[in-house]
Amino acid sequence: MVRLYTDDLSIGYGDRLIVKGLSISIPDKKITTIIGANGCGKSTLLKTMTRIISQQSGAVLLDGENIAKQNTKDLASKMAILPQTPESVSGLTVGELVSYGRFPYQKGLGRLTKEDYDVIEWALDVTGTTEFKYRSVDALSGGQRQRVWIAMALAQETEIIFLDEPTTYLDLAHQLEVLSLLQKLNKEQERTIIMVLHDLNQAARFADYIIALKDGEIVKAGNCEDVITADVLEKVFAIDAHIGIDPRTNKPMCVTYDLLEGANK
Amino acid sequence: MTKEKQQSIPFVIKFIVGIIVLICIFTVAMVFGAANTSVREVWLAITSDSASDTITMIREIRLPREVGAIFVGAALSVAGAIMQGMTRNPLADPGLLGLTAGANAALAITFALLPSINYFGIMIACFIGAAIGAVLVFGIGMLKRGGFSPLRMVLTGTAVSAFLYAIADGVSLYFKISKNVSMWTAGGLVGTAWSQLQLITPIIIVGLIVALLLSRQLTLLSLSEEVAVGLGQNTMRVKIILFFIIIILVGTSVALVGNMAFIGLMVPHIVRAIVGTDYRLVIPMSAITGASFMLLADTVGRTINAPYETPIAAIIAVLGLPFFLIIVRRGGKVFS
Repeated sequence: MVRLYTDDLSIGYGDRLIVKGLSISIPDKKITTIIGANGCGKSTLLKTMTRIISQQSGAVLLDGENIAKQNTKDLASKMAILPQTPESVSGLTVGELVSYGRFPYQKGLGRLTKEDYDVIEWALDVTGTTEFKYRSVDALSGGQRQRVWIAMALAQETEIIFLDEPTTYLDLAHQLEVLSLLQKLNKEQERTIIMVLHDLNQAARFADYIIALKDGEIVKAGNCEDVITADVLEKVFAIDAHIGIDPRTNKPMCVTYDLLEGANK
Repeated sequence: MTKEKQQSIPFVIKFIVGIIVLICIFTVAMVFGAANTSVREVWLAITSDSASDTITMIREIRLPREVGAIFVGAALSVAGAIMQGMTRNPLADPGLLGLTAGANAALAITFALLPSINYFGIMIACFIGAAIGAVLVFGIGMLKRGGFSPLRMVLTGTAVSAFLYAIADGVSLYFKISKNVSMWTAGGLVGTAWSQLQLITPIIIVGLIVALLLSRQLTLLSLSEEVAVGLGQNTMRVKIILFFIIIILVGTSVALVGNMAFIGLMVPHIVRAIVGTDYRLVIPMSAITGASFMLLADTVGRTINAPYETPIAAIIAVLGLPFFLIIVRRGGKVFS
């Protein structure tokens, strides 16, 4: 089943198109990962699908309706976004920041209801950030901060969550922690997750569906066995990849790679 | 485990302390001046209709002047807070980003072309001028895609301000109205009359109330524009309304006191150190702190070299410039 898809979507400034006539479908209740080289348009695509920037032509449709024509506040109760490394926020406590996730449900000056508090507690709990509740967001480490931002997105109680490179600047353990949390949310609560990832092996390990982009166009979309292949990686990243099997997860992984002969023109 | 506790002093207490400080400073401002008066005379001037020379002086000269200081201080500080939140630029200030200079130029042009204009007309001219100043600075900023570092914005503001001041000076000289214009722009609170306040205070009050109603939206915007969109904020609409509030607050202030930089820069920084970054708290606290600050600066201006006036803009600038340098040096935070 598909609730969210793009129809002939083109994004860009003036004559320079970053994404060209893209039609992709996001499988419902699955983890979808977008991969591609720097500048291939993956972040731009994510921002357009979440109405942060507007497209030149085409449409993003959710439940059959063009998101550009929907009330932005209503939309915020259907999909949440975690932008790439949000700017640091000084002075707010973790509890306060997460409580902003309730914004789509509030009116006026925004008093929190009992239900809001319950959701905030749950979001803190599930991301393991309850212990930081009264601490300033600045005072946290990168991994803790990322979990707090995820908690805020969760407090939005949306079925669809977008994340733009949620593991950037995190060390190995924290990367895995964040991705495992997302996997748990997907499995236990059937949230649809769409994220941009840099690390191919993480994409292969956690994604049910991978979309590989190059120059704003799809090279290949499918499950990890279809996408993480030497052939696709050659086209997408201009690398000569050696694909093996992860002995623990049995998923394909890029064991080693070289630059393609003559790729560095 | 003290860190795990919620903020120790509730906002209400901080706000009440702020109000008490404001009342104390107001009393001091009313009592001290070129002609020293007593608290009793001040009290009589406000509450009774007795009419000795001193009491009439207090009622007709000093009281409107200090009421003006309260509202202008509040207006400029809140305008500064909104600008800093909206642009996520710790150096934003109506005086530094071209708004004051724009209003100033509009004032000069209006005097030149419509010498007999009334006070309402002057105020409207100031609104338009402030808007033009702001649009120029932000417009130039937008020419470069991907934005605008805080310092670049201030540089643009400085350049645009210099240009607009040059227009004001040129127009003043050409039409031989320099004296008239500088009476306005450098006059500070001198000669503030009740008739002006009647027009200006309701507008400032409305501006402050709308600012307060939008304060939650402003906090969201101050986090990150993308986060604000993701949480369902109509950022365009919010920004346009906030822009108009800034114009109104700054325009009325310039119409009353002329040029005044730095107060909108300093007060929000001081306030954030006390109440944090939630603009629901920053806005009201900036209003009362700005009022106190302006009263204090005006009282210093009136008494430091009495019976001569020391321009209030100069006093604030003496404090403001070091403050500005500290913000630049610490990368946006004065207190940490």
